[in-house]
Amino acid sequence: MLEHYLSLATKAIFVENMALAFFLGMCSFLAISRKVETSIGLGLAVVFVLAITCPLNQWLYANLLSEGALSWIPGGAEVDLSFLSYLVLIGTIAAVVQVVEMVIDRYAPALYGSLGVFLPLIAVNCAILGGSLFMVNRDYTFGEAAVFGLGSGLGFALAIVALAAVRERLRYSDVPPPLRGLGITFITVGLMAIAFMAFSGIQL
Amino acid sequence: MEHSARHTVLFTTILCVVFSLIVSAVSVALNDRQVENRRLDKIKNVLAVAGLIRPGEALAREELSRRFETKLEPRLVEIATGSYVDVDDPMVYDQRKASKDAARSTVAPENRAKVRRIPNHAQIFLLREEGEITGIILPIEGYGLWSTLYGFVALDADAATIRGITYYQHGETAGLGGEVDNPRWKALWPGRLAYDDSGEVAIRVKKGRAGPVDQDPHQVDGLSGATLTSNGVTNMLRFWLGENGFATYLDRYRLGKGI
Amino acid sequence: MSKPRDVLLDPLIDNNPIGLQVLGICSALAVTTKLETAVVMTVAVLFVLVSSTVVVSILRNQIPASVRIITQLTIIASMVMVADEFLQAFLYDISLQLSVFVGLIITNCIIMGRCEAFAMQNGPWLSFLDSVGNAGGYGLVLIVVASFRELFGSGRLLGYSILPTVSEGGWYVPNGLMVLAPAAFLLIGCFIWAVRAWRPDQIEEEFHVGALLEPGYEGDLR
Repeated sequence: MLEHYLSLATKAIFVENMALAFFLGMCSFLAISRKVETSIGLGLAVVFVLAITCPLNQWLYANLLSEGALSWIPGGAEVDLSFLSYLVLIGTIAAVVQVVEMVIDRYAPALYGSLGVFLPLIAVNCAILGGSLFMVNRDYTFGEAAVFGLGSGLGFALAIVALAAVRERLRYSDVPPPLRGLGITFITVGLMAIAFMAFSGIQL
Repeated sequence: MEHSARHTVLFTTILCVVFSLIVSAVSVALNDRQVENRRLDKIKNVLAVAGLIRPGEALAREELSRRFETKLEPRLVEIATGSYVDVDDPMVYDQRKASKDAARSTVAPENRAKVRRIPNHAQIFLLREEGEITGIILPIEGYGLWSTLYGFVALDADAATIRGITYYQHGETAGLGGEVDNPRWKALWPGRLAYDDSGEVAIRVKKGRAGPVDQDPHQVDGLSGATLTSNGVTNMLRFWLGENGFATYLDRYRLGKGI
Repeated sequence: MSKPRDVLLDPLIDNNPIGLQVLGICSALAVTTKLETAVVMTVAVLFVLVSSTVVVSILRNQIPASVRIITQLTIIASMVMVADEFLQAFLYDISLQLSVFVGLIITNCIIMGRCEAFAMQNGPWLSFLDSVGNAGGYGLVLIVVASFRELFGSGRLLGYSILPTVSEGGWYVPNGLMVLAPAAFLLIGCFIWAVRAWRPDQIEEEFHVGALLEPGYEGDLR
């Protein structure tokens, strides 16, 4: 059992890294990764949101939306609300992000300031919705969804901090003008992604 | 622009109602067509694995139905005992839904294909030419790299030689694991042997190239760049052709035929 | 107030959503292995972008500030669901290939970005043009990347064999890197390089080497 969860976690952090294998959450990934400090902040926020929303959405999906889930209501066994999934998933994510925003504003106002507009943008971060969608697609149980959410968040955080570290060094490099900034970042991420593919041979 | 609380509540309520109606209306209106699409897709896949459609051949919906009805016979099989189950219409049986229902399935033992539950009854297809059974088509599923792959494996009348394999649903990477859909890879399967001399499942997807059918009957070329998907294929064939899957049924079938 | 022509054409090169605004990248990468899926994705994004921005624009004076984001999300999610239903009904095979990524259109930053930055401040006609322009800019990048990837990765375009591969009995050895997702990133990097060489006003000044020595430089020396 533990082995199964460990394997799931390893896959979520390294092999199926949200940012470098699936390329989800790219907008904030590329925009925030200029400094290591803010990257750590965003990474932590993503870990927090994913670790909460994934199992929460799993519970909602299993008990409200999927076919036969409503069988505890008389006449509900035939009802299949799975077509409303997108809306419910994104709704819970938006709500959780709102709460996280308020918490960060109250306890770490400096971080709140430096994250700026990208904090509410976590709500539409593909990585968060992607996490929930993969959870639905693969039919995870509550425990698996929790491990998967936490692992995916850690993977994203790992990737963004690594990229920020590289980008800070890149500022002292002699990059051709048209490639500066965004262009060289894309190429860097491409190379990092290829490096991460080395993990796909791991089998636990 | 400031809005009163009442306006906010009214606005959000109307918004939710209107858009729920739009989405539900579209969903209901298109549902029949989507269900038909899924049914035809399944029929198309069974026809393809049986070799009744050439790859790339596009057929009209009626023709697909006709070919299916004349050549293929759906049956339900009880996996544990290997015997047929008589029902009015085997086609309405939804094996996937049954797999999730605790009353109609059992928990699978730990397996590398990550199959979680085994349905009590499976939906198989018998290929008949002039009344004689010339092939058996079995449903298979198992985990690849990103997703569960759902498909069929077709066996010849001897229940040991593979006729073909096809996947009708998966979420593997296009160009890598997704190459399970490549007709050239699928063409490597006919003629391979599923079992070795001691009756164990021996068919596997190798890493790298396998030899031609007569020299290397138990191996098929691996999908380049897609080791985990390839392993997934091997694992699920081991599972479903083995004692947890259809081996009991296939043994009974062979006894019945006197092989 | 922008002229309609500028609103429509700007996002193609001058203000390309992917190349300059850094939006909408996620889906751009996974669906560009084949030209066919890239085209369908572009059409789906066009549909969602146009319908959402026009509706948001029509309702812009009615939307209460406190529920602004969730309102936009609801409208966008609904349109994506409608698009998904149509794909499953009429283009079933392609919908299977696009799978999870259709749902991810909801979080496509371009759509949210244009609703928030443009549709909330402009009328329906301009919003419509802006959406078409942005979908066009997005589609341009997707189609260029997908063309390279499919052509050099498998020798085909839209499924038709252009460079006969070795396994088909031809001469072309497919470039395996093109089939992998990171190739999309490398290609977009080159696309940006090309665009900025053509339009030097897009070059980011902050990063040039001599900046540290200039008076008034406000960057961090970390």
